[in-house]
Amino acid sequence: MMYTLTGATLADGTQANIVIDGNQIISVGTTQEGEIIDCSNLRVLPGFVDLHTHLREPGKEDAETVLTGSQSAVLGGYTAISAMANTSPVADTAGVVEQVFRLGKEAGLCEVFPIGAVTVGLEGEKLAELGAMADSAARVRVFSDDGKCVSDPLVMRRALEYVKSFGGVIAQHAQDPRLTVGSQMNEGEVSSRLGLAGWPAVAEEAIIARDILLADHVKSRLHICHLTTRGGVELVRWAKAQGINVTAEVTPHHLLLTDSLVESYDPLYKVNPPLRTDVDVQALREGLADGTIDIVATDHAPHPVEDKECEWSSAAFGMLGLETALSVVAKAMLETGLATWERIAEVMSIVPARIAGYERQGQAIKAGSPANLTILDEKSNWQVDRYALASKSHNSPFHGERLPITVRHTIYEGIFVVRDGTLTGERYE
Amino acid sequence: MKNHLLSINDLSIDDISAILSTAAQLETITSGPTKKLPTLRGLTVVNLFFEDSTRTRISFETAAKRLSADVINFSAKGSSVSKGESLKDTAQTLQAMGADAVVIRHSASGAAQRLADSGWINASVINAGDGTHEHPTQALLDAYTISKHFPERKGDFKGLRIAIVGDILHSRVARSNVLLLSKMGAHVTLIAPPTLLPVGVESWPVEISYDLDSALSSFDVVMMLRIQMERMSNFYFPNEREYARRYGLNEFRLGKLAKNSIVMHPGPMNRGLEISAASADSSRSVIVEQVGNGVLTRMAVLYLLLGGAPMTEVSA
Repeated sequence: MMYTLTGATLADGTQANIVIDGNQIISVGTTQEGEIIDCSNLRVLPGFVDLHTHLREPGKEDAETVLTGSQSAVLGGYTAISAMANTSPVADTAGVVEQVFRLGKEAGLCEVFPIGAVTVGLEGEKLAELGAMADSAARVRVFSDDGKCVSDPLVMRRALEYVKSFGGVIAQHAQDPRLTVGSQMNEGEVSSRLGLAGWPAVAEEAIIARDILLADHVKSRLHICHLTTRGGVELVRWAKAQGINVTAEVTPHHLLLTDSLVESYDPLYKVNPPLRTDVDVQALREGLADGTIDIVATDHAPHPVEDKECEWSSAAFGMLGLETALSVVAKAMLETGLATWERIAEVMSIVPARIAGYERQGQAIKAGSPANLTILDEKSNWQVDRYALASKSHNSPFHGERLPITVRHTIYEGIFVVRDGTLTGERYE
Repeated sequence: MKNHLLSINDLSIDDISAILSTAAQLETITSGPTKKLPTLRGLTVVNLFFEDSTRTRISFETAAKRLSADVINFSAKGSSVSKGESLKDTAQTLQAMGADAVVIRHSASGAAQRLADSGWINASVINAGDGTHEHPTQALLDAYTISKHFPERKGDFKGLRIAIVGDILHSRVARSNVLLLSKMGAHVTLIAPPTLLPVGVESWPVEISYDLDSALSSFDVVMMLRIQMERMSNFYFPNEREYARRYGLNEFRLGKLAKNSIVMHPGPMNRGLEISAASADSSRSVIVEQVGNGVLTRMAVLYLLLGGAPMTEVSA
């Protein structure tokens, strides 16, 4: 099927007709062919790419499945997501990553790339079969024990070294376990008053500093998950200035929310790493704007109702992210004038695809590129209703908030998987 | 006064004086031959204790019974709660049983607020200690005790010098007392090893000291906090002996206290650790009075929250 997105505004502000045939863009310019889809006043970007998604399948299908997570993703404008390894069983073998990969194909709404565990069972003691996962049908290149830190420096060193043989990258959840025993929220003024055990910034920064030095020493590639502190931003800035091969991500929620929300004791605001302070939020925004932080990653973490409808310390850590990510980033970065649409395209699509080596994602919108696109209405806004999201879970901290920008269409391999803000039911075979 | 008592922050200065003066009235009324008043007849008070605390539970139970409320004690041990029932289900059960007030003690900070804000239950919620957050009725009874010992101040705490000594980090008693006493104008000094002071304490309306001896003679009130034995395993201090030596209220330090000063402790005490037997049993110690005042203060809180019949009718 051939169709043309007419009058679409690209990231750089130019307008063009985009002709798509099958799963490919065949021209970007003034020609139009086939069905006409009016995109005047709409912004077209390469489909978003999330490097940090908890899909919960296998094991926690009551919270999310690969299918519902994919639905959530495309409604948020994503055409590729990366399934974190902390499932049950853990994605630490070729068998499990291939299962998740196959479930993603079956859902057919976006690319689903499994992330492999670094260590067996996320226990931090023994390297998982990284090579077998890399060689599997899932072709895993990103490895992470996310949810847990690879805290043993020797294990981390070996992992960094080992993945060089197949161009892999270790995505570290930076959290010193000894400095965060029982921790519940950011350690600071608010935690002192609320009597909740603190999760100090230094527990994150100490691991970041160590891993930057390790990555430099073994000349490997390090990716730092969900940076949250001003000090962490400074460390990454320093590392990049030294030419060390490190990339870093920030979540949408850490760009907007602070630990003062915890005063409600509402576990919707319980997340790991925790919400920090205004100073940190400002540093993260600046870091994302100036390139110190490379990408936005959602850390989409669905949890069933009972894991949030309880007292704070019993509640699970994590927030939904896929469907609100763009709007939250726009609020934090575009509305403040800190970033342009071109920067949004980089941090939400182009750079994450490059870090993970997702070849059909994050490509320039030009003839010959895969037709993985998201089309946004930047003039509109919406009120978040956590019960109306496609995710199987409802733990969005943005419930009731009015946020800017809606995703109008999502095109995956040429197919409208979302049209006019609604799932079409179509899928790519 | 609000519908709940979750934190000292819920109380205005007027609320506090209302509670303290109600407690004083109740003390007068109940010092006669009949200790029991009919004010809360027909109302149900549930003591919902997820954490063992015999003294606080008994104090609330006594308070409610003296006001003629029906009291239900719901202890987590051996009940459905220990079998994994959630706070929500427990709350809804109590709602179905028609609880008018729920007195909750829980190991999780914020549990009382969760219960009050959740919409699971309509009852008034009284925080009887939530994790390491707050214990507002303890602070109220402490304020009542202090005001009785400084009657010339007529409830005015301005300039009163109060030291709170010990494990501030894990103490809900300290948090509630800091809020209450500073709200009433007292000058509060927290004295502890740096390991037992929370990061962020700089923002509290208090003075901080690591040294118990330097200003000991300047305090009107010295409030010692309980040290929990499990703190030892987390490197907060080397051992009991060293803690007692540096931060314990021993006889030598007792002798340095100002003439009219008083010694307080929320109990239960570790005699020989944070407080020596001689200090605990000295004439300065008001620790036993605190217990009695606890019942009066909790009666006042229940009375004001549940809107019992006016006091005048009662005394008539």
